[in-house]
Amino acid sequence: MRPFTYERAASTAAAVAAVAARPGARFIAGGTNLLDLMKVQIETPAHLVDIRHLPLRGIEDTPDGGLRIGALATNTEVASHPRVKRDYGVLARAIVAGATGQLRNKATTAGNLLQRNRCPYFYETTLPCNKRQPGSGCAALGGVTRSLAVVGTSPHCIAQNPGDMAVALRILDATVETVRPDGSPRTIAIGDVHLLPGDNPEIEHPLAPGELITAVTLPRPPGGTHHYHKVRDRASYAFAIVSVAAVLQKDGTGRVAFGSVAPRPWRVEAAEALLPHGPAAVVTTAFQGATPTAENAFKIPLAARTLALVLAEARA
Amino acid sequence: MSLPTQSEDSRREVGTAAAVGAATAGLPSTAGAEATGSNGSFAVSLTVNGDRRHLDLDPRVTLLDALREHLHLTGTKKGCDHGHCGACTVLVNGVRINACLSLAAMHDGDAVTTIEGLGRPDRLHPMQAAFIEHDALQCGYCTPGQICSAVAVLAEIEAGVPSHATGDLMGSMTLSNGEVRERMSGNICRCGAYSNIADAIADVAGSL
Repeated sequence: MRPFTYERAASTAAAVAAVAARPGARFIAGGTNLLDLMKVQIETPAHLVDIRHLPLRGIEDTPDGGLRIGALATNTEVASHPRVKRDYGVLARAIVAGATGQLRNKATTAGNLLQRNRCPYFYETTLPCNKRQPGSGCAALGGVTRSLAVVGTSPHCIAQNPGDMAVALRILDATVETVRPDGSPRTIAIGDVHLLPGDNPEIEHPLAPGELITAVTLPRPPGGTHHYHKVRDRASYAFAIVSVAAVLQKDGTGRVAFGSVAPRPWRVEAAEALLPHGPAAVVTTAFQGATPTAENAFKIPLAARTLALVLAEARA
Repeated sequence: MSLPTQSEDSRREVGTAAAVGAATAGLPSTAGAEATGSNGSFAVSLTVNGDRRHLDLDPRVTLLDALREHLHLTGTKKGCDHGHCGACTVLVNGVRINACLSLAAMHDGDAVTTIEGLGRPDRLHPMQAAFIEHDALQCGYCTPGQICSAVAVLAEIEAGVPSHATGDLMGSMTLSNGEVRERMSGNICRCGAYSNIADAIADVAGSL
């Protein structure tokens, strides 16, 4: 790791001010993704502001029947929460499909939401990567692309968002609460949290330097049956090749989003409206405009088959 | 949620630490500085296996390196140093984590239990005894992490923490072979002692 200075923030306001004041400063909470990347010097923060002790860890009911999840609530705490298990099963299922028990005990809600991508070329520092070194090029194009995104990509980046939790949050219509460096709060719809790469793949989210996620809020439970099906190369502790998050109602309608196929959790409302017409119709619309490579084109029919499995589960 | 199981020596901090779902982690010690000092180091106080330890560390030092290189507790192993293998698994405030993916500075005030604190050669933790009984190891390098993880797995099931192998999220959890294998997937054994590891864990779970 490159040398850095470290401080423990005494308050949320102090944490935000400390990161905003110093270029290259970063928040650290769980640290499972940041420290991993610091060890290989992909992340080289000059200063770390430890927010682990801030009072942002609670999970509480909202007045309108929803649930407010503190940014520092761990993956384990969220998946184990009685209301998450009962009312937002897709979220509990998605969380426990990811990582390991050890990592879920450490990873926080906000940190997991903003985890970096897992493109092998992002990790290989001897090769160009527009996320790591803006303007250097994309070594994944023409490279090994099996795990990478098929839709929502750009000619500058085809990295996929590898998250599981975020796919569930997307179909639950979560909102992300932040506090900005000037102290003002704002809310961001979950669909706007992950940016498509476009011409600037290095810009992955709309948060300003120093802006801190304080909570993720779920609206009232959507009812229905909850499903998260993750297809991966081994039975446990692997990133998804394709995942499907779905909340399905008795009348055949529902919500559906796909994971590990795009730079963000991939939910297309016009596609999910076709759920009563079956998985092929949904996937055809959801993946319109996709630009897969020869190596990862299989993800689109795999998405249709995985959705078919989920729909069959719901009928069973 | 209930505390991690510690059937023998409840005085050890693993038996008295905060639960999985506790609202707050250990409070920062008053002795520890709140920021890196002028010499670039950071004062950290840890309770390790029941003993209070004070360290002055470069902020880059991981919890794993603090345990091994500074406190000379070499039972906890460094395998991959990236959270892939689980050899560095320890209990912090009763909760299992990868010690390699955490800075020691972030654990000021925390209670850490390593394999040395779970049991001793003359008074083994039941999980240690079961690993010996079931021959749940060959080279033994992953074993301290496997045992710390296994002890925590039983506590997590007791506390209602679901896993990918859990059928009914709202139902009571049982320790099936599928549950053990899923929950232990963060601990890799290159000798492939998995079936005996699963047997050892099932044995301890059955005797509780």
